[in-house]
Amino acid sequence: MVRKAKDVTIAELERPHSAPTPRTLESKPRPSDRVFRAIVGVGGFSSLTILGLIAGYLFFRGYSILRSESLSFITGYEWVSSINSDGSEGAQPSTYGVGAMLIGTLVTAVIALVIGVPVSVFAALYLTFFAPQRVKKILVTVVDLMAAFPSILFGLWGLYVLMEPGMYVAELLNKYLGWIPIFAVPVPVFLRSPFIAGLVLAVMIIPIVTAISREIFAQTPLDRIQAAYALGASKWAMIKNVAFPYSYSGVVGGAMLGLGRAMGETVAVFTVLNILYQANFKILLGAGGNLASHIILKFGEASEEEIKALMAAGFVLFLMTLAVNMIANVIVSKTGRRGR
Amino acid sequence: MSTYEKEDGSMNSTATPASTSAASDTRTSSLGDVATASAASRSRTEQPIGSGLEARNVHAWFGKYHAISDMSLDFPTGTVTALIGPSGCGKSTFLRTLNRMHEFIPGAAMAGEVLLHGKDIYAPGTDVTKVRLKIGMVFQKPNPFPSMTIGENVLAGIKLAQLKVSNKDDLMEECLERAGLWNEVKDRLNQPGGSLSGGQQQRLCIARSLAVRPEVLLMDEPCSALDPGSTLKIEETISELAKTMTIIIVTHNMQQAARVSDYTAFLLSDGGPGQIVEFAPTREIFTRPRDERTENYVTGRFG
Repeated sequence: MVRKAKDVTIAELERPHSAPTPRTLESKPRPSDRVFRAIVGVGGFSSLTILGLIAGYLFFRGYSILRSESLSFITGYEWVSSINSDGSEGAQPSTYGVGAMLIGTLVTAVIALVIGVPVSVFAALYLTFFAPQRVKKILVTVVDLMAAFPSILFGLWGLYVLMEPGMYVAELLNKYLGWIPIFAVPVPVFLRSPFIAGLVLAVMIIPIVTAISREIFAQTPLDRIQAAYALGASKWAMIKNVAFPYSYSGVVGGAMLGLGRAMGETVAVFTVLNILYQANFKILLGAGGNLASHIILKFGEASEEEIKALMAAGFVLFLMTLAVNMIANVIVSKTGRRGR
Repeated sequence: MSTYEKEDGSMNSTATPASTSAASDTRTSSLGDVATASAASRSRTEQPIGSGLEARNVHAWFGKYHAISDMSLDFPTGTVTALIGPSGCGKSTFLRTLNRMHEFIPGAAMAGEVLLHGKDIYAPGTDVTKVRLKIGMVFQKPNPFPSMTIGENVLAGIKLAQLKVSNKDDLMEECLERAGLWNEVKDRLNQPGGSLSGGQQQRLCIARSLAVRPEVLLMDEPCSALDPGSTLKIEETISELAKTMTIIIVTHNMQQAARVSDYTAFLLSDGGPGQIVEFAPTREIFTRPRDERTENYVTGRFG
């Protein structure tokens, strides 16, 4: 060998040289590409635009109320409109505070998550790892169909069918867990409670959470699954040690999407829940509401001023949904790396 | 059809002295016991050799596709057997029938028997997870669990199969030592398994398989994704492991088959399902194969 590769490299490294500035990499786009780019660009920004327009409109319309009530719009538990829809003056001064409904929104949505997410995860696990091919096909179709089901149907079904068994469960909860404040009731009537509303919401979010979780579980890399099985893992051990760590963040994301959906649900809650304007933490007691159902309840007979207040309430709902999604993103990105 | 053309007795006649001299010592001693038991049941007439694992008339299908046909092989305890043959001849499929990994593919089916110490691993009532504990597997692509550290990866099988171990640290060290990785990772056991190089990852996977103390180790082209240096290290590991266990390795690399194995089976598919063309001590396969097709393949004339 005449020259050693190593020597050459060192020599070259030692040679003084000035680093050139990087060139800009350009390519003249064809007209067809430009046109296409413009078209898909419109599509790409459309959702952002629409979202911005809605938020802007709500803020603009509700601004005067938000300003006059300031923080008490969120912390206040009273909603009194002194001007009736016919323009006559009411007895009390107006005060608008969505605090009670914010609490109602969270309470019903959290109940929905607590019931719905475990069911969804089990369903997704069954569909991914246990179901025979034929059963799987049918169930996946059913789940997808359920996701597209109109919410009024859930609401009516919840009111007329789910109420009975739901009340029975509520009674049991109250009987055995009544010492926990949230399960206590002043009078043993369990009709149209946040618990039942949460139950209906749970049924509503199960399809979407199941569909997302199934998708995520199905992406678990085959080589890791095989590695686990080759080490003598049972199915459960494989799921616990391989599929869960991999899917955790995705399932959380799916659950958060479900939460967002449950928080924004209007019709089902409106149908099932006994809408009363009060902050109700006693989930078995038949009173409460959520922001969306409150808006639809008041909207029909609202005065000019109250409509502004409702717009402001809508803006708060928008912010809340946004916050939930942002929190979900943080959770997903923080935990996402580990199992992947 | 499989032609058993072994004229054996010549246990030590393997290609590389490195693997034989070491492996043969334990082999002759441990073979004695099993030999008497299984000698009567075997069709071969040569000097009996003990069988840890036997495949009997194994067929495999993917749906309607008949992938391998009537494969029968003995894998004597403490030997390394190489499965060679062109792509699509059913080497990997055959390997995967040996520890029931074949059945994970939807539509997969098999016929025949695979006997571990004379007991059919496909017998009704068999706990598949126990089978796989005894017959471990190393895959083509290194697949350490990325959410686990190096140390946790070694002990993953203990966790997954819920085994009891008195001293985990000792076991971890022993397995990494046997896989030839201990010196390289002993100071970084808490780093993620994915932080290692490809070759190290593969040896980590070997260490991981060893931790559940299998009797047989199946290796599906374990070096095909690795550079020559890492390949050499894995081969050294294989030779070392063969002292105490049975190894079956699928490889496309004929030098590798010649270097590490005691026996070689040549598999081929003539358009139909894959079959065993020839099975013999490795040196014979590479020096004086009986079948013309084997000769053509090992000399590089086709495949």
